[in-house]
Amino acid sequence: MRRALGTLTIAFSFAATLLLFAAVLFFVGVIVYRGWSGLAPGLIFGDTRPLDALLLRRQVFDGLFPAMAGTLALMALTMTLAVPAGLATGIYLAEYARGRGKALLSLLFDILAGLPSIVVGLAGLALTIILHRIFPGRIGPCLLISALALAFLVLPYLVRSVQLALESVPRTLRLTAPALGADKLTTIRAVLLPACLPEIAGGIILAVGRAIEDTAVIMLTGAVASAGVPRSLLAQYEALPFYIYYISGQYADPEELQRGFAAALLLLAMCVVMLLAAQLLSTGNPLRRRP
Amino acid sequence: MSRLSAAERALQLTTVCCGLLVAAMLVLMLVLAWPLLHSGQLLSLIGGDWQPAAGRYGIAPMLAASLLLAISAVLLAIPLSLGTAFAAVALAPPFLRSPLMLCVRLMAGIPTVIYGFAAVFALVPLMRQWIGSGSGFTLLTATLVLAVLIAPTMIVFFVGGLRAVPQGYSLAADALGCRPVDKLLYLLLPQAAPAITAGIVMGLGRALGDTMIGLMLAGNSAIMPDSMLSTGRTLTSHIALVIAADFSSMEFKSIFACGIVLYLLTAALVAILRRTLPLPATARP
Repeated sequence: MRRALGTLTIAFSFAATLLLFAAVLFFVGVIVYRGWSGLAPGLIFGDTRPLDALLLRRQVFDGLFPAMAGTLALMALTMTLAVPAGLATGIYLAEYARGRGKALLSLLFDILAGLPSIVVGLAGLALTIILHRIFPGRIGPCLLISALALAFLVLPYLVRSVQLALESVPRTLRLTAPALGADKLTTIRAVLLPACLPEIAGGIILAVGRAIEDTAVIMLTGAVASAGVPRSLLAQYEALPFYIYYISGQYADPEELQRGFAAALLLLAMCVVMLLAAQLLSTGNPLRRRP
Repeated sequence: MSRLSAAERALQLTTVCCGLLVAAMLVLMLVLAWPLLHSGQLLSLIGGDWQPAAGRYGIAPMLAASLLLAISAVLLAIPLSLGTAFAAVALAPPFLRSPLMLCVRLMAGIPTVIYGFAAVFALVPLMRQWIGSGSGFTLLTATLVLAVLIAPTMIVFFVGGLRAVPQGYSLAADALGCRPVDKLLYLLLPQAAPAITAGIVMGLGRALGDTMIGLMLAGNSAIMPDSMLSTGRTLTSHIALVIAADFSSMEFKSIFACGIVLYLLTAALVAILRRTLPLPATARP
């Protein structure tokens, strides 16, 4: 009886694993198979000369260039906002916050980490509406609001990776600087942060990976199907994930659909590369090997 | 506690501001949904149907679709994830276990919109053929994809729990001559029960909060779903779809009601998680 249960469990386990991998491979396979042939030179710049497009001399209408530029600008702005806030919050929670204050703050960040991204986008939209009332006609959904909302979305990832990294620094290392007479802030800056740099870098890459794929936030806060290359913080913009979503329902001809698959393949490749990098950084830290 | 320097004050201020913003989000949504809540129709808002032409802005069909989709996706993902976690912890050949976990982590990083995109062009036509009528955009289609999407999150939790069993117990089981599968069933699995619960709650949270899969695959009609083969509109899709409406209309205000419901559901799930897991929730994998 026990033997039969054991054999059954093994069969069930292997079947489940195979089924899950087959399902994921099916979806990824569809993207790779149909996106591969779209990876042509014209994919990004269309009929425009690449140099003209890069120097913004000419607009690209039939390529992914505006969406890629939009995503790049969005990521740069998002991380500029999120990394300082995430570092500060992570350091404070790990090194200063105690007792009830710490419990309340970590509850709030846990809720933030669990919030659906569309709710964060909705908050961004609410902010836009309020700003619109204060400055009529000047502020609408735009790159800046999207970046603010996305920064807020990935904040808990950054906070958690900084906090965890700091809290797991070995005691022996933690005591060296105070023993030499350094104060708390100097210890953090000169010893603790350098010791967990790889984990923090891994956390940042993970956060970029989370921000780059998010569609729900940006569709509420300013991403549109055609805006050209982003020209101002207060303008609407294009982005890769939104482009992919838009094409899935609105493609007009097979060429556009082909470009959608190629865009999906590009986004997939970016996310996989970033995830692998984050994985390497967070597992390969020699300082973290305890005796 | 000693006095804080200016730099330390700045750290504190940033942290408190970020924390307050999380609470402020709820307040902001309450303020913007106030005209709907204020008119004393809270019950008809949560329980009523969606007939904007008749002035009825109930979100019950969306709530039902969200719950139906999320719960069935979790039910489908539980066996998939549990089986894969078993393989990764004890049943697969040892040299395959860590590549298996690496693949699972990579799966967790595949963008949602990509699953949606692939499914629109590959799964929906299959479903259309299989069902024999309709467009193929059904709750069932979305459930299948959503289950695959949330499985990696659940696997990571399950594996974390199964591996956290103290080494001494594990060695004792080996010394008694347990096969790996017996050790898994009679030692690791009972010990990991809290982590398994936590993984399921986490999966439910991800499934409820997902926007793109429901939006791209479930069909989006705002009617009460009567089976898995009917179309449905989730709370999250509703927010994404009504966005184009006039900013001052009641329809538009109803999306803030959806936002509030989703916020409160999330808070409830976080509360459950904190009760099931003994370690502080910030130390989650």
